Amino acid sequence: MHVTRGFTGRPRVPDAGLPPGQYDAGKDWPVLSAEVTPHLAPGDWTFRIDGAVAEPRTWDWDAAHALPGSVYEGDIHCVTGWSKFGTRFGGVSLDAFLDAVRPDASATHAVAYAHTGYTANLPLADLRGGRAWIAFTYDDGKPLPAEHGGPARLLVPHLYFWKSTKWIAGLRLLDHDEPGFWERNGYHARGNPWEEQRYAGD
Amino acid sequence: MTETAAPTTPFTPPTRFAVPGRIAVGEQTASVWRTATLVSVRRETPRASTFRLAVPDWAGHLPGQHLMLRLTAEDGHVAQRHYSIASPPDDSGHIELTLDHVEGGEVSGWFHTVARPGDRIEVRGPLSGFFAWPGDRPALLVGAGSGVVPLMSMVRHHRARDLSVPLRLLVSARGPEDLIYAREFGPETTPVFTRRAPGGVPVGRLTAAHVAPFLAAPPPGGWEAYVCGSNSFAEHASRLLVEAGQPVDRIRIERFG
Ligand SMILES: Cc1cc2nc3c(=O)[nH]c(=O)nc-3n(C[C@H](O)[C@H](O)[C@H](O)COP(=O)(O)OP(=O)(O)OC[C@H]3O[C@@H](n4cnc5c(N)ncnc54)[C@H](O)[C@@H]3O)c2cc1C
Repeated sequence: MHVTRGFTGRPRVPDAGLPPGQYDAGKDWPVLSAEVTPHLAPGDWTFRIDGAVAEPRTWDWDAAHALPGSVYEGDIHCVTGWSKFGTRFGGVSLDAFLDAVRPDASATHAVAYAHTGYTANLPLADLRGGRAWIAFTYDDGKPLPAEHGGPARLLVPHLYFWKSTKWIAGLRLLDHDEPGFWERNGYHARGNPWEEQRYAGD
Repeated sequence: MTETAAPTTPFTPPTRFAVPGRIAVGEQTASVWRTATLVSVRRETPRASTFRLAVPDWAGHLPGQHLMLRLTAEDGHVAQRHYSIASPPDDSGHIELTLDHVEGGEVSGWFHTVARPGDRIEVRGPLSGFFAWPGDRPALLVGAGSGVVPLMSMVRHHRARDLSVPLRLLVSARGPEDLIYAREFGPETTPVFTRRAPGGVPVGRLTAAHVAPFLAAPPPGGWEAYVCGSNSFAEHASRLLVEAGQPVDRIRIERFG
C-alpha cells in the first residue's frame, strides 16, 4: 500500500455491503457495454440451453414467462468500481431452465452468450442454487431497458456484473472452462467481488 | 499435472448481431500494481489537464487502451478509477492521462486540486484488448468530451509512425475552449460544437450529416469505428453510424459510464 500525499477521499460511510475497492453509485446505473446496443423485440427474443445436457431446449418469450416467476432484491457490483444497492429484478430463476434440460454429470462450466455474440464464462455452480436469473424487469416490474440488456439479461449478482450477460441468447454447458469476451481480454475467470477478482491473476 | 486438452475450436455463439473481435495485445500484466511518479501537469482546457507519469517497467500499450489507477488515504481508504491512456505507445517510460475535473469527484478532484510533480500514485495496466487500434486498419474515430482521450492516442500514433492507413476523427465539445487537444488537431479532425462555435461554424450535436461523408466513400476494406464518451453520446453516435451503413461488428465502443 502506498499512501497518496494529500488524498483524504470522501467521508467514509461504513458499509458492510460494499466489496473491497467498490464505491456506492447511488441512483446512477452506468452502462458499460462494448458493442452497439441491439433493439430486440420480445417477440424476437429466444433463450437456448444446450451442450452437456440431456435435453437441449429453446424458450421463446411466452414459454420463458410461463415458468414460475422469481425476484432478486439486492446489490450489484461492476468491475469498474461502482456498486448499486437495493436493486430489484423480476424474472425466472435459472434453476427452472436448467432443471428442464437436465445437465450431464460432466458439465462443470457454461458459456453464456448474447444475441450480440458477447460471451462470458461461468462455473455451473454459480448458476445453480437460486443465485442466478433470467431477468425481464427492473424496479416495479418495468421492462428492462435495452441499454441494460432488455428484453432479457442473465443476472448473477454475486459475481461482477460483466458476467450478467445482457441480451441473453443462451447457455452452452461444457465439461471445461472456456474464457468469454472479457476473460480473453485479461479479466478474471470467476469475478467474485468479495475477493476482488477483477483481472487474471487477482 | 494432468490437464484436459484445450478445445481446438472455442465455442462461437450462433447469434445474429455481432461483437467485433479481440485485438491482439501484448502480455497481460494487469495484475501488477506499479508506483508511478507524476512528472508534469499541462492544462488543456479550463476543466481538463494532462498528467504525465513516469511508470517504471511500463509494459507498453496499444492506442486506445486504458489503465486502472488508485489513490490511498492514510487510513487505508482506496479510490480506484479507470483512465484512458492519451499518449501513443513509445519507449519513453512515460505515459499521459487527461482528466476532466468532475465536480465533487473523488479522484479527478485530487488530481486537479492537490496533485503536483513528484507525487506518487499506483496504476495497473494496460487493460482491454477490445478498444484498441493496432494501426493496421482504417479508423473512423468519434468522441465527445474526455472521450477524445483514447482516440488521441490513436491520432498521435498515426502521426508518430507516419502511417498511411486512413484515420479520421470527429470530436464533439461544448465550445472551442472546451476542445481538448485543440492545438494538436490537423486535417484529420472535424470538431463539432454543441453550445458555442466560432463565427460561421454551426452549433449543434453530432448528426447524420457529419457521419455521412465518411461512410459514403469508405476506404478499401471499410472503416473500423471507435466511439468513446458518455453512455448517452455513445448510444447516439453508434446509432448514427449504424444508420449510415457502418456494420455493427465494426463498431467498438468505450463508455465512460
Ligand atoms: C474505461 C474508462 C476510461 C475512462 N477514461 C477517462 C479519461 O481518459 N479521462 C477522464 O476524465 N475520465 C475517464 N473515465 C472516467 C473516470 O473513470 C471517472 O469516472 C471520473 O474521473 C470520475 O471519477 P471521480 O473519482 O473524479 O468522481 P466520483 O467520485 O466517481 O464522482 C462522480 C460523480 O458522482 C458524484 N458522486 C459519486 N459518488 C458519490 C458519493 N458517494 N457522494 C457524493 N457524490 C458522489 C460526484 O459528485 C460526481 O459528480 C473513464 C472511465 C472508464 C470506465
